Amino acid sequence: MTPDSLGWWGIPLAILGGLLRGSVPFLFVSLGECLTEKSGKINLGLEGSLLLGAVTGYALSYHSGSAWIGVIGAGGAGLALGAIHAWLVQQRRVNDISVGIAMMIFGGGLANYLGKPYIQPTAPQLPALHWGDWSDLPAVQSALRVSPLLLIGIAIAFTMQWFFRATRWGLIIRAVGESPTAAKAMGFSVGRTQTACIMVGAGLAGIAGAYLSLYFPGSWNENISSGQGLLAVALVIFARWNPRQCLYAALLFGGTQGLGPALQSVGVEGYYYVFNAMPYLLTLVIMVVTCSPVRSSVGAPASLGQSRPDA
Amino acid sequence: MPSPPRFPLSRRHMIRGLLAAGAFGATSQFWTACSSDSTADPEATEPTAAAATDEPLVIGILYVGPKDDYGWNQAHAEGAAGIMSLPGIKVVEEANVPETAAAAETMRSMIVQDGATVLFPTSFGYFDPHILALAEEFPEVQFLHCGTLFEEGKHPNNVGSYFGFIDEAYYVAGIAAAHASKTGQTGFVMAKPIPRIVRTLNSWMLGAQSVNPEATTQLIVTGEWSDPVKEAEAVNSMADQGIDVITCNVDNAKVVMETAEKRGIFCSGNGVNQAAVAPKGYLTGAEWDWTGVYTSYATMIQAGKTLMNGGIPHLFLGGLSDNFVKLSPYGAPVSEAAKAEAEQAKAGLIDGSLVVYTGEMKDNTGATVIPAGTEYKPGNPELEKMDWLVEGVIGEITG
Repeated sequence: MTPDSLGWWGIPLAILGGLLRGSVPFLFVSLGECLTEKSGKINLGLEGSLLLGAVTGYALSYHSGSAWIGVIGAGGAGLALGAIHAWLVQQRRVNDISVGIAMMIFGGGLANYLGKPYIQPTAPQLPALHWGDWSDLPAVQSALRVSPLLLIGIAIAFTMQWFFRATRWGLIIRAVGESPTAAKAMGFSVGRTQTACIMVGAGLAGIAGAYLSLYFPGSWNENISSGQGLLAVALVIFARWNPRQCLYAALLFGGTQGLGPALQSVGVEGYYYVFNAMPYLLTLVIMVVTCSPVRSSVGAPASLGQSRPDA
Repeated sequence: MPSPPRFPLSRRHMIRGLLAAGAFGATSQFWTACSSDSTADPEATEPTAAAATDEPLVIGILYVGPKDDYGWNQAHAEGAAGIMSLPGIKVVEEANVPETAAAAETMRSMIVQDGATVLFPTSFGYFDPHILALAEEFPEVQFLHCGTLFEEGKHPNNVGSYFGFIDEAYYVAGIAAAHASKTGQTGFVMAKPIPRIVRTLNSWMLGAQSVNPEATTQLIVTGEWSDPVKEAEAVNSMADQGIDVITCNVDNAKVVMETAEKRGIFCSGNGVNQAAVAPKGYLTGAEWDWTGVYTSYATMIQAGKTLMNGGIPHLFLGGLSDNFVKLSPYGAPVSEAAKAEAEQAKAGLIDGSLVVYTGEMKDNTGATVIPAGTEYKPGNPELEKMDWLVEGVIGEITG
């Protein structure tokens, strides 16, 4: 063991580092899905928005030299895909789950197609806040390198919580999600509210993609998301459609991602498939613990996933 | 329903049917991309090249990932691009073919629809059961699998294996790594612990130990051919443990190289030259060179040789000496002394005077794996079964 080595202290540090590094995509996608589902629509296609955001962010950062332009562009790409989804699900008798699957494949395929020339080049990366510079240990310095996007995400989570609880617009979105007919009777446009929510939600997923390609792991290739966008959509269910709980769930999933490699690095060698399956195992456990015999999903907006009926 | 439908098939039924068909088609071909490249022009082919048959020779190639992954699949795609321009040859390719029944379906459609008579399925997991099953079904088609799994007498006669001893390049890279490392600790990010990949790890370790007998290698297995987040976390946690040189054997080494560079440690590449993504820390790398291999096969087949008539060997193997593999140019951090020692080892591997696997050799549990006085030259079947980690490797692969 050298002075640089941390031994078992590496485990909590890896969890902390993994949590700070790996939770951002989960956070943005689950907040986006939370907003979408609060308005009564489901967007399973956020994985597609994430991938398209990742490649758009990487390409714009590469060509413009500024990673922040990439992030904005990625958000824009997400908005555009969200607009398509929103328009399609506003049609009569259109099922939003099917459209979501189509959008996921469309977004992913488009990203892979557009991303071919960007696999090899290296784009400028997002800057990090160095919160660990008080320490002499490079490991601590590295673990406490925090992306500004994490702080923005945390701010969005709390703002969204307050927005749903205490603002007029938040109340309109909730009304649309709970009972579209009542909202309509009160004079609110159901279609316009849902369109706005779907687009902003997909825009957040696009930013999550930019985080993947411009910060951590910080590279574009076709396997960059490894299904994180899909997992984050499921996260919303066990966060009970609550933005603050989305934050906790995202931190939990981010933290478990670093666990498998970290345990191997200190000598817990076998069972790495089990450790790598930790996030999924955790999902199952939480689902079993929180399931209710009375109502299948507590907290779900009442009109969630209902397609627009015949006029 | 608010009102009874006027026609037996309502619009809802039609849309539902279309969506179901679309979803089925999309999921069964999930993330796959298919392309067909042909440069063979029947008018332009010289009569000598097409002497055996008027039809072009159709070669099908399957990749497990994208063709430009900056690693394993890209190295094969570059090799395939090398034979597309040869006269009388038509190449059909499919990327992102998973190691499941999808591989069998892709091969079947290449044979039945495209008329392929030679297939190069380039991923390890295609072999058993998919290639073996199809080889029985299509005895006239030659299945050339990238790997070393073919066994005489056990497998169909129309199946062959080809592979390069890339572990020779890892041995040389290990020498450069041990020279660069200050802590004597190196790290290895591994996709899946299969024999041919375990062998690259052991050769890397032995190369490093030839310089510094105290050197160690930490192993981290990700379990996936490509999983960027886990690969990056693996590099981060190894850097936290004081490891200062990292190499890997995953499909796309770019993330490993970039993360090592960000952490300010050295790295050694895999598959293709990745020096561009880690200009400060890139030492060297073990690269594939498949163009020569595919060209040799194409020439043999066009000359009428086949696996079945014995014209083509069932195992086609080579290392540094046969140009199956090569090393990336040495990076700036590699000292002159390290270069001299690495080049000396490379020369020894090429002329056969240096044999890496020489007894007595112990594994990392202390058991003797190669008895004293025995040496396994490259190509020895014992090396193809490697399921042990050499002394100095910190890790376990029984999983």
